[in-house]
Amino acid sequence: MQYLEGRKYVVQAIFLAVALVFATRLFYIQVLDGSYKLAADRNTLQRIVQTPYRGLIYDRKGQILVQNTPVYDLMVVPREVKQLDTLRFSQLLQLPLEEVREGLQQARKFSRVKASPLVQNLSTQELAAIQDNLIDFPGFSVKARMARSYNTHTMAHALGYVGSITPKLLERPQYSKYQPGEFLGITGLESYYEDQLMGRRGVQYRMVNVRGIEKGAFRDGEYDTLSVAGQDLHLSLDSELQAYAEKLMAGKRGSVVALDPKTGEILAFVSAPMFDPEMLSGKGMGNRYMELLNNPEQPLFNRPLMATYPPGSTFKLINELVALQAGVVTPNTPFACNFKLVRCTHRHEPPSNVGIAIKQSCNPYFYQVMRATVLRGRSSNRFEDARLGLGEWRRQVMKFGLGEKLGVDMGQEKKGLIPSPEFYDKHNGYHRWTYRTVYSLSIGQGELGITGLQMANVMATIANRGWYYTPHFVRGIGSGGPLPEYQVKHTVGVEAQHFDAILPGMVSVVDGNGGTGNNASLADVGISVAGKTGTVQNPHGDDHATFAAFAPAQDPQIAIVVFIENAGFGGNSAAPLAALVIEKHLRGKIAPWRHRWEEWLPGPADRFIKRRRY
Amino acid sequence: MNSLPARYNRSIDWVTVLLYLLMVGVGWLNVYAASYSPDAPDNALSSLSFGQLMNFNWFKQIVWIGTALVLIVVLLVIDPKAYDTLAYGLYGLMIVLLIITPFIARPIAGSRSWLELGPVRLQPAEFAKFITALAVSRYLAGINLRQQSFRDQLVLAGLTLLPPVLIIAANETGQALVFAAFLLAYFREGMSPIILLILAAGAVILILALLVPKLWLLVGFTVLLIIALAANWRTLRHYIPMSLGVWAVVIGMVFGVDFFFNNVLQDHQRKRIEILINPSADPLGVGWNVTQSKIAIGSGGLAGKGFLQGTQTKFDFVPEQSTDFIFCTVGEEWGWLGSMVTIGLFMGLLGRIGYVAERQKSVFGRTYGYCVASIIFFHFCINIGMTIGLAPVVGIPLPFFSYGGSSLWSFTTLLFILLAIDAARKQDLERY
Repeated sequence: MQYLEGRKYVVQAIFLAVALVFATRLFYIQVLDGSYKLAADRNTLQRIVQTPYRGLIYDRKGQILVQNTPVYDLMVVPREVKQLDTLRFSQLLQLPLEEVREGLQQARKFSRVKASPLVQNLSTQELAAIQDNLIDFPGFSVKARMARSYNTHTMAHALGYVGSITPKLLERPQYSKYQPGEFLGITGLESYYEDQLMGRRGVQYRMVNVRGIEKGAFRDGEYDTLSVAGQDLHLSLDSELQAYAEKLMAGKRGSVVALDPKTGEILAFVSAPMFDPEMLSGKGMGNRYMELLNNPEQPLFNRPLMATYPPGSTFKLINELVALQAGVVTPNTPFACNFKLVRCTHRHEPPSNVGIAIKQSCNPYFYQVMRATVLRGRSSNRFEDARLGLGEWRRQVMKFGLGEKLGVDMGQEKKGLIPSPEFYDKHNGYHRWTYRTVYSLSIGQGELGITGLQMANVMATIANRGWYYTPHFVRGIGSGGPLPEYQVKHTVGVEAQHFDAILPGMVSVVDGNGGTGNNASLADVGISVAGKTGTVQNPHGDDHATFAAFAPAQDPQIAIVVFIENAGFGGNSAAPLAALVIEKHLRGKIAPWRHRWEEWLPGPADRFIKRRRY
Repeated sequence: MNSLPARYNRSIDWVTVLLYLLMVGVGWLNVYAASYSPDAPDNALSSLSFGQLMNFNWFKQIVWIGTALVLIVVLLVIDPKAYDTLAYGLYGLMIVLLIITPFIARPIAGSRSWLELGPVRLQPAEFAKFITALAVSRYLAGINLRQQSFRDQLVLAGLTLLPPVLIIAANETGQALVFAAFLLAYFREGMSPIILLILAAGAVILILALLVPKLWLLVGFTVLLIIALAANWRTLRHYIPMSLGVWAVVIGMVFGVDFFFNNVLQDHQRKRIEILINPSADPLGVGWNVTQSKIAIGSGGLAGKGFLQGTQTKFDFVPEQSTDFIFCTVGEEWGWLGSMVTIGLFMGLLGRIGYVAERQKSVFGRTYGYCVASIIFFHFCINIGMTIGLAPVVGIPLPFFSYGGSSLWSFTTLLFILLAIDAARKQDLERY
């Protein structure tokens, strides 16, 4: 035995113990724990997403409305920027010095080695101006991208706009496929048909090194996919009719919705005030958006879908139809124009049948029509009787697509309000209200809330004598038809004969002697228009003018609702405006003697208020 | 080996030589993989001049290996007695070199520890290891191991501590830490195991103090003291002041850790320890090396991604991948099996060195052998430990694997001096 030879075992044990610890630890991280493999892939695999070519948008007549044009983003890789002459650079870009500095700071914050956009949406001309000089500025490069460009200055609300995705949206699961900075439809059709317009992204996997520099395809592109271009949209909107309606609505607040009653296709969709769709694309879009947002006239507010008003006298038609279907009145039922019940609009001949009542828009008549519908002695308790009656009335009214979303192919749509018995229970107390409380509903005032689109759909339903297709903007996607939900016929549970009963009254509103809607008459060109005027009481200011119509009365091809805020009596402004749009659509031209209307109608609404009429 | 000078009365230990060549060969393959760039076309290499080839680490490593082989021949030609005789002289020379190096060296990576002789850069600290090993072996051979005086121990401590102190002064803490390895050799030569135990206990307490709330430790150690006293009251009642003293020292350490941590350690050293405790802290900053190193090794799986197929290695995610982090390439491209082979090679070499050391008849030879084993073991421990997150990041190479002339020559010298001494060992028993 050598000196202390036994200690060699201790030393060997120490060696082996460390080896054992290493072996165990290595077995754990290399074999058992899979997370390191994932982390390695995250390190080296870069997913390059190819954004497909976005689908185009065409109008009813095949005219192209929205297309793609190349724009250029000036990208910067902060690490590669060498001795930047910020002053000269900002002069070259024609940007304020501060903005350039701030942009560079942002880019640096994002990443020192990855490219981030410094200036977005440069046009080809703007690019040409700077491109040659760019060589003097290392670290800057230009990236081409497709952006929306517009072939029209109208229908901004319907088309919507495209913008880069917000961080907030990115967090939602349905946007998980989007990348930061990627563009998507924000509003309107661009948003509703995002999936179809977007197409399918192509994905390529690339290997990158630690500096993010590409090192070739991953497994020779085994997992790569090609992008598929988005589908085109074919709108039912007629850009010529749209432009015409927008011209007439200039200077006002309000909406125009025109439908093809036979198909539910939307022919014109005006939300006034309008703006040019071009405003929400290209360089400086953010600033222009803020301008629109802060405009007190609220041009971004999509009025036909989002503004709910009491419909005014146009609603009397629905009340009459409900009463006829319920069998509580006949077309020939007379009611007295009894001012004790409710004030009438004006002095007129006695409403001895429904035709005269509609023509004169007699308030007491329709007060009594709805009372007959609601109070039918279902209960000996008069409060309960009103509750039950109103409930049944509401169920029938809602079949017209009121009080709930119609399901148009656009987000933002509002439900409106058809008040329920529970609504009044809550406000007045259970069994604390009777018909007398709710009678405003009979003349389309009070708590009712209806959108322009819903009212237009009601007119289409009347034109069709009892059915409608859900209004929609898109009649064709790619080479196919509209979405299946727009090919389903909805009936409203009122028999066709009852529609026939109110039709003569609606025609006489326009063409009858002393009708409230005489201004909408197109009888001189052989078109019979069936319509109804409305004046919406507005506690905040001048009354709103409305006119709802369809034409030709015998074979309706267009149903239209015009709504002009603070324009007073509906017959003065809304009726002639609707008539012009109808004539334009049916004849393609305007009779010469109505050209003065064309001159006179555009402009502010207050000119239409001559005197107050009820 | 017949052609060796006559003073070698035995054959050189071929097992060790074989293990050495295997490790250097495997090491070179990994250096090649680590410095291999998928962009550079291989067929263009033949057209490159020597100077251009010298831009590649793998090519330089061939040169270093070639010169190391020359070095081996030189080491074997020298009379092994010279190592014994010249030990102190070399030691003195080395001390002088260590002192003047910081003054004449250019700063490289934050430390003035590299001497430049034309194209060759040398780190005197690398060579301090084997020279110190020779000097302490010589010293131990000259004293009575069984009856060491306090003065002997003091001189030994001085011999061992002087180089690391000078190396720390040159800001190469990693290289200085290696001198702790000598403790293992001293243990073999008779150092009280208590010292090792106290050091181990101290390390455990320090680590606990960093990981566990201080109050728990205070309560824990107090309970431990009470249990110990209660269980062995008969014996320990005579040692109550001492028991309390130990307890006080332990508690003092627990609460002194913060002071040491915040006031004694340098910033980067503190961070390296923090990373060890919490690897996910600052993964893109200080933790980058460790995180990426673990990702590279961990993604290797059981059998690895294959030679030159390591994505983390190839695409430069691991820093220092051909030098200090060469084990990442092993782990990534050869997997757990490759890691086991590497660890096996080290165990084989260490075991063989232990065997060779034990068969020395002289205290000088045996002590030197254990010094060699301990130094290699320490490098192995810390280097692989840091790549898998078990040891703090200390910049010391993996012997025979890491790229670099200095370290390869230094380990070659360390090992082959032992083999020369071994081949010339005498049959008869010396005093020991």
